[in-house]
Amino acid sequence: MKEVTIYKIKGLYRDDFRIKGYEFGKGKKALCIVGAMRGNEVQQLYVCSQLVKKFRQLEEEGRIENGKKILIIPCVNPYSFNTQKRFWCTDNTDINRMYPGYNLGETTQRIADAVFRVVSEYPIGIQFASYYMPGEFLPHIQMMDTGIDYVDLAKQFGMPYVVRRRVRPYDTTTLNYNWQIWDTKAFSFYTTTTTTIDPSSAGQALLSILSFLAKQDIVKYHGPGGVASRVISDTELVSVQTAKSGIFEKMVEVGRNVRAGTPLANIIDPYVGTILETLYAPCDCTVFFMHSDPLTYANTAVFKLVPAE
Amino acid sequence: MIKTVTKVALPVDEVLAIRKNRIEPEGMDKKLKKKCKRISIVTGTHGDELEGQFVVYELQRRIRENPDLLKGIVDIYPAMNPLGIDSITRGIPAFDLDMNRLFPGNIEGDMTEYLAAGIIDDVKGSDAVVDIHASNIYLTEIPQIRINELHQKELVPMAEQCNVDFIWVHSNATVLESTFAYSLNSIGTPTLVVEMGVGMRITKEYGNQLVDGLLCLMKHLGIWEGEVISPRKPMISTDWTDVSYLNASTGGLFVQTAKHGRMLKQGEVVGEIIDPLEGKVLDTVKAPTDGLLFTIREYPIVDEGSLLGRLLAKEVAEK
Repeated sequence: MKEVTIYKIKGLYRDDFRIKGYEFGKGKKALCIVGAMRGNEVQQLYVCSQLVKKFRQLEEEGRIENGKKILIIPCVNPYSFNTQKRFWCTDNTDINRMYPGYNLGETTQRIADAVFRVVSEYPIGIQFASYYMPGEFLPHIQMMDTGIDYVDLAKQFGMPYVVRRRVRPYDTTTLNYNWQIWDTKAFSFYTTTTTTIDPSSAGQALLSILSFLAKQDIVKYHGPGGVASRVISDTELVSVQTAKSGIFEKMVEVGRNVRAGTPLANIIDPYVGTILETLYAPCDCTVFFMHSDPLTYANTAVFKLVPAE
Repeated sequence: MIKTVTKVALPVDEVLAIRKNRIEPEGMDKKLKKKCKRISIVTGTHGDELEGQFVVYELQRRIRENPDLLKGIVDIYPAMNPLGIDSITRGIPAFDLDMNRLFPGNIEGDMTEYLAAGIIDDVKGSDAVVDIHASNIYLTEIPQIRINELHQKELVPMAEQCNVDFIWVHSNATVLESTFAYSLNSIGTPTLVVEMGVGMRITKEYGNQLVDGLLCLMKHLGIWEGEVISPRKPMISTDWTDVSYLNASTGGLFVQTAKHGRMLKQGEVVGEIIDPLEGKVLDTVKAPTDGLLFTIREYPIVDEGSLLGRLLAKEVAEK
């Protein structure tokens, strides 16, 4: 394992800002993994730490294929972690809205540029992503539908779902989008949580990535190969929205298969405790995403469901 | 007349309502009202930008002094993001989202998209929309209007009425397609974006300057019959190479030397980045070219790369 500094800037009163990467194997650049880009992405940081630990072991055991190099960047934004801010401390900008970056631009543009110059040299890229809303996901692979089609490669992760996401205007400055446009086969890997540690889905991600890399002849690994992925478009996900604001009382868990008509959650009046609304599954489905905050606003898609095949 | 444009109940005993004040000509019959022109003045999208608050107050005050001179409808939307204004938050609190990246919204979307769609639905069809911003808390701007190149043919003549110092026609970027102005312009509702002053402050001089301009625009559209000034002739930039950017070479405390809005000579000192711990000058920031300093850093703490100022090329500024 070789520790490298991807980017560094001098702080006025703080320690220097550093982005560190960990390289494994030698030779042709084969795979890059990027972890937390926002200061609340603790699960994304945790998964990467587990991957660094595992790849260090694989390297020591000679299980990284000759001539293949892997880079893991666990965290692009340590400053925000240490101040418990989601975005860049000084100006609240989001590094994942600055790609491909600009080396003469503002601070987060420069950070994005420095990261992108390094990671764009890899043919395959995996980013541990988070959603803008608080919630839990069924672990899955997501890819932007830019018209560059490599969904068969996505299936090799052996995850139950591969989601193809329509590109919105605001996506065009994300790492994943720019990776694709600049010829890296990019995947967003969603595990269950963001602000809390979930060892179970982190472990699932680790095994999935090892299995994927074995299929690409990047590592030597003999483990479970995963399952046959179901490929869905984000437009196929069925949203269940609140009509009322209030306390969110869940009645199911992420990943559960439910029949049409199953109650999913109650919205409770925060003062008098009455049920303002019960949300039901509109079809036979699997709970794919569920809101996780104790309060919810009206008009909020608190569930996203995968309809049964 | 105060109207609720869109609203949504919040979790604990509060309703979030986006409101507007509609000012109509007094005594005009309903048929004529339907035919008369409408201008919408919108502000408060970013909760830390307050310059527009004074503008919409002052505009109403002047209209109220001579209500008989009003010949069209003026819709005032002072707070697109009431929760942000109340909590001194640029974006929408709780969602951590920039409201000006949510348009045109979606009536069936989440709360933020729902509100955005309700606002667009109410504003669309105006004969002119002026969306007033105040830079941010880091930078001070001279009064200016920014226009996407896709819509410059229609918008530049309107912007020239607004008594601003500068019209900046910028290139199109996909990410900007989710702004309020882009969304309205793309459906044929002409919308100007004003940037002036600085976040969290009121610059009365700029506010009065813009109100003079809004009355000129209203007169141009046939909405106002009162006496107006002759709007100042703005500098107009249509080429991205007209603007030079000054970015911090290192982190530190930026202390401004050059006066905002002044013409600088190449090599003239704009300010210094200093280190208060060691009492040293870390960098002397100089003008890279002759030009007008139309943007200046207001918030002194800078990181490497922080924007310190922008210069408009002298030949464009003096044209």
